[in-house]
Amino acid sequence: MPNEPLVQISDLNFTYDRRPVLTGINMTIPRGKVVAIMGQSGCGKTTTLRLIGGQLRPTQGEVRFDGKAVHELDAKGLYAMRRRMGMLFQFGALFTDISVFDNVAFQMREHSDLTEAMIRDLVLLKLNAVGLRGAQNLMPSELSGGMARRVALARAIALDPLLMMYDEPFTGLDPITMGIIGQMIRKLNDALGGSSIIVTHDVQESLQIVDYVYFMADGKVVAEGTPDEIRASDKAYVHQFVWGEMDGPVPFQYPSAPYREQIYGAAHA
Amino acid sequence: MLDRTTSALRGLGHRVTSRIWRLGFASRFFLATLLYSGTSFRRFFLTVREIYFTGVQSLIIILVSGLFVGMVLGLQGYDTLQRYGSSEALGILVALSLVRELGPVVSALLFASRAGSAITAEIGLMKATEQLSAMEMMAVNPIARVVAPRFWAGVISMPLLAALFSAMGIFGGYLVGVVLIGVDEGSFWSQMQASVDFREDIVNGVIKSVVFGIVVSWIAVFEGYDSEPTAEGVSGATTRTVVTSSLAILAADFILTAFMFRGA
Repeated sequence: MPNEPLVQISDLNFTYDRRPVLTGINMTIPRGKVVAIMGQSGCGKTTTLRLIGGQLRPTQGEVRFDGKAVHELDAKGLYAMRRRMGMLFQFGALFTDISVFDNVAFQMREHSDLTEAMIRDLVLLKLNAVGLRGAQNLMPSELSGGMARRVALARAIALDPLLMMYDEPFTGLDPITMGIIGQMIRKLNDALGGSSIIVTHDVQESLQIVDYVYFMADGKVVAEGTPDEIRASDKAYVHQFVWGEMDGPVPFQYPSAPYREQIYGAAHA
Repeated sequence: MLDRTTSALRGLGHRVTSRIWRLGFASRFFLATLLYSGTSFRRFFLTVREIYFTGVQSLIIILVSGLFVGMVLGLQGYDTLQRYGSSEALGILVALSLVRELGPVVSALLFASRAGSAITAEIGLMKATEQLSAMEMMAVNPIARVVAPRFWAGVISMPLLAALFSAMGIFGGYLVGVVLIGVDEGSFWSQMQASVDFREDIVNGVIKSVVFGIVVSWIAVFEGYDSEPTAEGVSGATTRTVVTSSLAILAADFILTAFMFRGA
């Protein structure tokens, strides 16, 4: 079904400890496209990724991956689905007790009967794609933040996934590394022919590489559009977010008692 | 007053129900560990690697402690036995104390502090740094790949460490009793050989150490897996592993001893 979107999220609700985290989320991730989910910290972006990956179950609604409802899959079906997904975690989540080479080879050894010689060639190919072939023998503790993120990217694409999910891939990176990671995400997506979802609050870097953007606030989708539409949007929330304005729909002040009352006391207010 | 009482009762009830809930979760986790243990044996090198970290690296503390415990037993035992003119029975006292009780119990307590805490901290940190989530997203079950090999490594290592502890302790008793104090060497070994029963004493000691191995490893992997993914959470889980394991070892020892050595 080539015309069917790779991921379809319909009327998704998720509640944690009786607290609604996501409410009525609808999203479409078409095949071959890079889609960004943006919003403030704590607005439910990462939770949405975890629901797509089947690590959480929706309270209501559904996520369909390649036509199948994720929450209806049993453990075996879920693992089979995850073999077609790759995920880059915020800080890489590399296995710290094994080398860069072994990290990238991990999935190949777990899920295939490839010989060590073939695994070696594939690992070097993946590391070359992220520019770190020379770092194959290093341990994760010897890598910088940007290098760790690139190794994690090589590990995530080890089995050529249909869907790549990136959780805050630009956090804590210098502008050069940020640019490298951004370009890599786009190029890998086009080379693998899959789809990518980037969860981020780094507006300018993301708008350069994505095809479509969803804006989330308080567990809801509040705006969506192409990067040009987002840049030109006159919606107050989007405007504040894109242009980094101090005050707006997201207030600068944490909710508190009136200033005058707090300074002079209730009697003088 | 009524409000305060109600609130206190509610707090107590909450604590009790949450403990019971956690015990239930720990039991389900134990069953899941057994269920997903296939990988630990099919790819035995995963378990062997953990045996190196939990067992081999605990050797120094186990051997040195065993030596000193045996030496102290030699000194104390001689002091008591010579009052009754039976200092030749020192070998029996040292061997039985170690094989039946001190070997399994003390080595399990040391194992809980040395290896149990390390297992909890490692799994807890893997959780905090999203390594377990990453594994799940790579369609690899972390219970099969991370938890089960560590659990079985603990279960396999424990009786071996207890046996080495006892052997070292007996050697320590020999050093003090025979070499230092001058108890007759022939009596020391022959009385030990005549009195220590393989089934009653040695096998029972091994059974104890296997049970302690299961208990400590279960607590260690569960606390790591269930820890809060923060620095404070991991440190709390590590402490809980040592405290809970120690209490569980002593309680299990009492129960096992009551069944094994009834009037024997």
